[in-house]
Amino acid sequence: MALARFLVRRVLTGILVLWLVATGTFFLFFARPVLVVARGLAGRAASPQVIQQVIRDLGLDQPLMVQYGHFLNRLFLHLDFGYSYYNGESVKTIIAQDIPITASVVVGGVVLWLIVGLSVGIISATRPRSLFDRVSTVGVLAGLSAPTFVIGELLIIAIFVPLNQHGFSWIQTGYYPLSQGVIPWMGHMILPWVTLATVQAAVYTRLSRGSLIDTLGEDYIRTARAKGLSERRVVFRHGVRAALTPVVSQLGVDIGGLLGGVVVVEQVFGLSGLGQDSVQAIATGNLPVIIGFVIVAAAFVVVANIVVDMCYALLDPRVRLT
Amino acid sequence: MSLLDVTDLRVSFPTADGVVQAVRGVSFSVDTGRTLGIVGESGSGKTVLTQTLLGLTPGSQVSGTAMFNGVNLIGLGPDQMRRIRGEQIAVVFQDPLTSLHPLYRVGWQIAEMIRAHDKSVSRKQARERAIDLLGRVGIPQPSRRVDDYPHQFSGGMRQRAMIAMALSLSPKLIIADEPTTALDATVQAQILDLLLRLQQESDTALIMITHDLGVIADIADEVMVMYAGRAAEKASKHDIFYAPHHPYTKGLLESIPRSSAAADRLKPITGQPPSLIHLPSGCAFHPRCAYVMDRCLTEEPQLRSVGDAGAHKSACWLPAAAIGTAEAAEAARRRAVGEGRHAAAARVAEEIAASPEGSVIA
Ligand SMILES: Nc1ncnc2c1ncn2[C@@H]1O[C@H](COP(=O)(O)OP(=O)(O)OP(=O)(O)O)[C@@H](O)[C@H]1O
Ligand code: SF4
Ligand SMILES: [Mg+2]
Repeated sequence: MALARFLVRRVLTGILVLWLVATGTFFLFFARPVLVVARGLAGRAASPQVIQQVIRDLGLDQPLMVQYGHFLNRLFLHLDFGYSYYNGESVKTIIAQDIPITASVVVGGVVLWLIVGLSVGIISATRPRSLFDRVSTVGVLAGLSAPTFVIGELLIIAIFVPLNQHGFSWIQTGYYPLSQGVIPWMGHMILPWVTLATVQAAVYTRLSRGSLIDTLGEDYIRTARAKGLSERRVVFRHGVRAALTPVVSQLGVDIGGLLGGVVVVEQVFGLSGLGQDSVQAIATGNLPVIIGFVIVAAAFVVVANIVVDMCYALLDPRVRLT
Repeated sequence: MSLLDVTDLRVSFPTADGVVQAVRGVSFSVDTGRTLGIVGESGSGKTVLTQTLLGLTPGSQVSGTAMFNGVNLIGLGPDQMRRIRGEQIAVVFQDPLTSLHPLYRVGWQIAEMIRAHDKSVSRKQARERAIDLLGRVGIPQPSRRVDDYPHQFSGGMRQRAMIAMALSLSPKLIIADEPTTALDATVQAQILDLLLRLQQESDTALIMITHDLGVIADIADEVMVMYAGRAAEKASKHDIFYAPHHPYTKGLLESIPRSSAAADRLKPITGQPPSLIHLPSGCAFHPRCAYVMDRCLTEEPQLRSVGDAGAHKSACWLPAAAIGTAEAAEAARRRAVGEGRHAAAARVAEEIAASPEGSVIA
């Protein structure tokens, strides 16, 4: 019940956020002289005829509020983002092509950084000041100070090139659809994942280590030991379970900033996902594509936050979904 | 032989500032069906002493023996210790809010303990037993509350749940570490009644840790007064209240409010507990003791018999005649002080007298 009410409320606020983003984008780009707008939509090299065509097709000569109504209508009721002036492709198609690529990068990267960050953090926390802990602390510092694009280039030079020269061709750049085989898909995605995950794995190692060390000092951990539970159960069932809460809240924060990292990773590894295509769209002033991407990015953040809040409430019964 | 015989237990913690000598040679025993009260100020080592018995003081250096049912608990391997914890010796901690896991249901936490010690108990059976136990400790509607989280319980109910958990495997010994300190007065009385009743029903031994002599009066058979990691005085409850020997015990008695009226302020013992890294020379209590004598500054008094049949012991240089609170005892103390205080001790006595609330008979 509480969950249903929470979902309804969050979806409604999510739609409100998307509407605000769409409205902001619309007025930013369309509340300008008609010719400027038409040139933006038609591309820099468009002839006067094409521009007139665009003005007529898109109704740019109509009053702004009427255009705004059409814009919202197309966007929310028909998921119609218009057409790329570059090649006339529908923005919806571009987005549909890009999403599997970007989702592959993002999901794999997040999963990788969570696995690495949590396991290294947990092992360090259960053996503070051990050799493993010291080595991982140094590793964390190194990971934190490495810029993403440097890691990406480094992986290409140090791993991709030599391996392929020696005939080991599983690791590749570019994209390979998941539907055509999991193994080659992973081979293509592994370097982007590592690149995206390195810095965050360091962040999450530090976070989960600190969180678990704090938790293991709590009274209820002493209770768990006094109950006669095995040390393993004390650490995992009682310690890690409670230490996860701050990790999940951090994840909520990080997901918003994730798209920046994705842009870099896609550039370095030649993946034409949302990140790379948005950079290209901005470089070429491809307005319909830019608007489409802004809205997709906003939708992603909205959905991710709802999911994180739900995880948070699932993890901690004291959290009430509101 | 008693159920638990602790002999010369010493526990210290090496820290960056030095070695914290939390427990410095404590001996005591507890019999089945009896209650030992351990009383002392904060930091006197009550918790460390009892947690060490269960191996719950990580980072400590321990010596001495603790024979429980024929097994020495000190240095016991992890697997054997795990079988003792909860099943033979259960603990009720001070703050039930922080001592229960906030993310698990109360009943689950009880059932988990039952199943940790007996794998043949099914989840359902363990849950039934948890409901039963919650009912026994006076939780209303236990079959409903069993699925509550700790934050849905009141403070008193949480402590009842902790007690239910402690009882779940019918342990031979229950250690209650200030089980009522975090609760308000009326709930405190209920919890003490409950502990007492359950102990009598099941004939377990109980160690009750507290800094409240009122709790001791309610529940203890024997009493050990701790100061700076040592036993200052050991006696029956009667002797502690009516024939105290150690000045620290006397100070504790005088600090009991005469009535529960808020206006009747507690009279604390002057001064602070000593550093356990740099302990005072001689008697650790001497910087706060109104009866300090010269030898108190240099020689550490050992526990010795001061009363009948050797059951009453005190670690203080005052003569055995100084037992009690009556005029005669006070006169014996003054006489001893008059003869035993010359140079250094006189200065200490003056310092104590000069401190606020200080009182010194010279
Ligand atoms: N892990 C540890 N490392 C260093 N010192 C410790 C450690 N645990 C306890 N101590 C010290 O040992 C001393 C005794 O502590 P303990 O908790 O046993 O006191 P207590 O009598 O139970 O006090 P309270 O009434 O406040 O519970 C304190 O000075 C404490 O600081
Ligand atoms: S009289 Fe001496 S030995 Fe006795 S408590 Fe006071 S200082 Fe310690
Ligand atoms: Mg304590």
